[in-house]
Amino acid sequence: MTLRYLFILLILLQTKAFALIEVDITRGNLNPLPVAISPLAIDKNSKDNFKKILKKENIGAEISVIVENNLKQSGLFDPLNKDAFLQKPDIANLKPRFEDWNLIKAQALVTGKVTFVDEKLRVEFRLWDVLAGKEMMALAFTTVPSNWRRVGHIITDKVYERLTGEKGYFDTRIIYISEEGPKTNRIKRLALMDQDGFNNKFLTLGNELVLTPRFSPTNQMVTYLSYFRNLPRVYLLDIETGMQEVVGDFPGMTFAPRFSPDGKKIIMSFAKDGNSDIYTMDLENRIVERISNHPSIDTSPSYSPNGKYITFNSDRSGYQQIYVMSSNGKNVKRISFGNGLYGTPVWSPRGDLIAFTKLHKGKFYIGVMRTDGTGERLLTENFYQEAPSWSPNGRVLIFYRETKTNAKGEGFSAKLWSIDLTGYNEKMVKTATDASDPSWSSLLSN
Amino acid sequence: MNRNISISLGLHTILVIITAMSLPFLSKKPIELPPIISVELIQITDKTNIPFAPKAKKIIEKVKEKEKKLVSEQAPPKKIKKLKPDAVPLPDEKIEKIKKIKDEKQNPEKVETDVKQISEFEKKELFDTNSIAALIDKSKIDSAQTKKKLEKITQNQDKEADFAGLTLSEEDALKAQIFGCWSIPLGLPYSENLLVRIKLQLKPDGSIIRTEIVDHARMNKPGQGFYKVLAESALRAIKLCQPLRVPSKGYERWKELQLNFDAREMLQG
Repeated sequence: MTLRYLFILLILLQTKAFALIEVDITRGNLNPLPVAISPLAIDKNSKDNFKKILKKENIGAEISVIVENNLKQSGLFDPLNKDAFLQKPDIANLKPRFEDWNLIKAQALVTGKVTFVDEKLRVEFRLWDVLAGKEMMALAFTTVPSNWRRVGHIITDKVYERLTGEKGYFDTRIIYISEEGPKTNRIKRLALMDQDGFNNKFLTLGNELVLTPRFSPTNQMVTYLSYFRNLPRVYLLDIETGMQEVVGDFPGMTFAPRFSPDGKKIIMSFAKDGNSDIYTMDLENRIVERISNHPSIDTSPSYSPNGKYITFNSDRSGYQQIYVMSSNGKNVKRISFGNGLYGTPVWSPRGDLIAFTKLHKGKFYIGVMRTDGTGERLLTENFYQEAPSWSPNGRVLIFYRETKTNAKGEGFSAKLWSIDLTGYNEKMVKTATDASDPSWSSLLSN
Repeated sequence: MNRNISISLGLHTILVIITAMSLPFLSKKPIELPPIISVELIQITDKTNIPFAPKAKKIIEKVKEKEKKLVSEQAPPKKIKKLKPDAVPLPDEKIEKIKKIKDEKQNPEKVETDVKQISEFEKKELFDTNSIAALIDKSKIDSAQTKKKLEKITQNQDKEADFAGLTLSEEDALKAQIFGCWSIPLGLPYSENLLVRIKLQLKPDGSIIRTEIVDHARMNKPGQGFYKVLAESALRAIKLCQPLRVPSKGYERWKELQLNFDAREMLQG
């Protein structure tokens, strides 16, 4: 009974019931995230050893510069000026004074240490959340000293993945056609470089015309087309060993061989009896299979990442447009319907988009559309540009752009450019010579 | 002494029993609920969308198509799709909020008219020299009553404000502030359900006492890397933004807030 009265008394007490206020935040900014990349700390002994081996004054600072440049190039990060840093690298690596880093508006901080251990380079690094005042990630690598640039790229990949949620694309290479000489007599060589333009090397001598190199999605193999005694020939090249083999000679106009997602087949187009169609070749038994069969010109095939579909361009509707079909050649469906001509379709490694080149009213565009043809977005426009190739995470496209020649035939150049899916972060990729036909490798560290 | 206590106790007991007996839920009478009125919040677009005559509509659609084509040639900016429909039926709490906002607007007007009437009345009567003193007294009483009324009204308003959520302008101010602080991780997939709800405890000046991720367990589950990245970015935004732009009054109602971070609209392109 007493309890009942107590209950009644309790409910009589004046209490205020507040409903929890909820606010939906559905928008944010796309400004680059301010990050501080502290130079990696290094002790005197290690510094001297690396100076002897690599001829670099301070390898710790050099690696941090690679990370900084990579992050800046991505357009998603804003690396802060090192002159503003208040804390020394060695102390920052042990325990950052977050107030100091907060003061310069850094939201994330990268610190680390380089040591010389058993003739090897050992790097440990940490990623800190400055605002939360906590460590987000800590990793260590050991490698041969000559790999120091790759260490910088791997650190960037890890930082990028931790802060954006998607895999990075920095520990990768780009294969392209190096071009030199006058436009009418170009010397074309196969060349390979890191994605940031360093470690450039030439893979062919330039005696024969080389075209359309394409990386295998699974390993460091490249397939490309070369004209041997004026006949198109498809090659396979292992870029680690330098071993090269001929896949086969094909009749007439052969174009753009490309690997299947499992790396076991090559898909390409060639003209048999005057009719250009899509074919695949099994790399184990070298059996060639016809995929498309139509009197029109079908070229530039590219597999979807799951290998179930193929996108290609064809003029079967009267104009060159993009089509998608099943990997057995059935269920052909046109997906591009805009004005102009569409070509070089490439399926994104994420599987959600197809990149293409578009020619309309005398101008070339690089764009993307969904795999059903909807949501077409033109990312960049220029006098002449083509051949987009995806970064392994499907965020950035690399392509090449040519400039106009003047009345005297001078001023021609071909350069590699990259653009991300937002369409705002367009940058020229540094190459030793003029360059065309780039292809992006998968991540080397995978 | 004991007698007084026992009298007091007895009286209090009687009071409690009377109150208890008169409580509506104890009488067990069926409660007649007022009919629920559904209220729709309609967002007004920037341009008036008047339905056109069929012929005119066709012409306009043609023009739109042409415009579309032109735009697609110039690498248009990201289109942000709205998942939610423009007209959203509000939950009961929000209905209350709207009603109270209306009430708040009406009450001050009433007060003003009262005050005006008094002043006119005063003016009229001032000319009657015989009853000046009486009038002065009356006006004093009236103005005192008006003051009381005014006080009552403002107190009532405060009470109502205590129970309401944020007004639209207060919510907009807070949203705008956080929009500026939140760097969206662009690598997140837009197809996944990535909604991060964060409960905040705030000081009266808008600075943060405590943050708590509602679904905290999901942060450390395997395969929830994207959720973790989003949650961390949301926490950074809150810390970067503080002190939050909160209303200057009614601390009790917003001292605890929940922010729901959803990046899908921004990521869909």
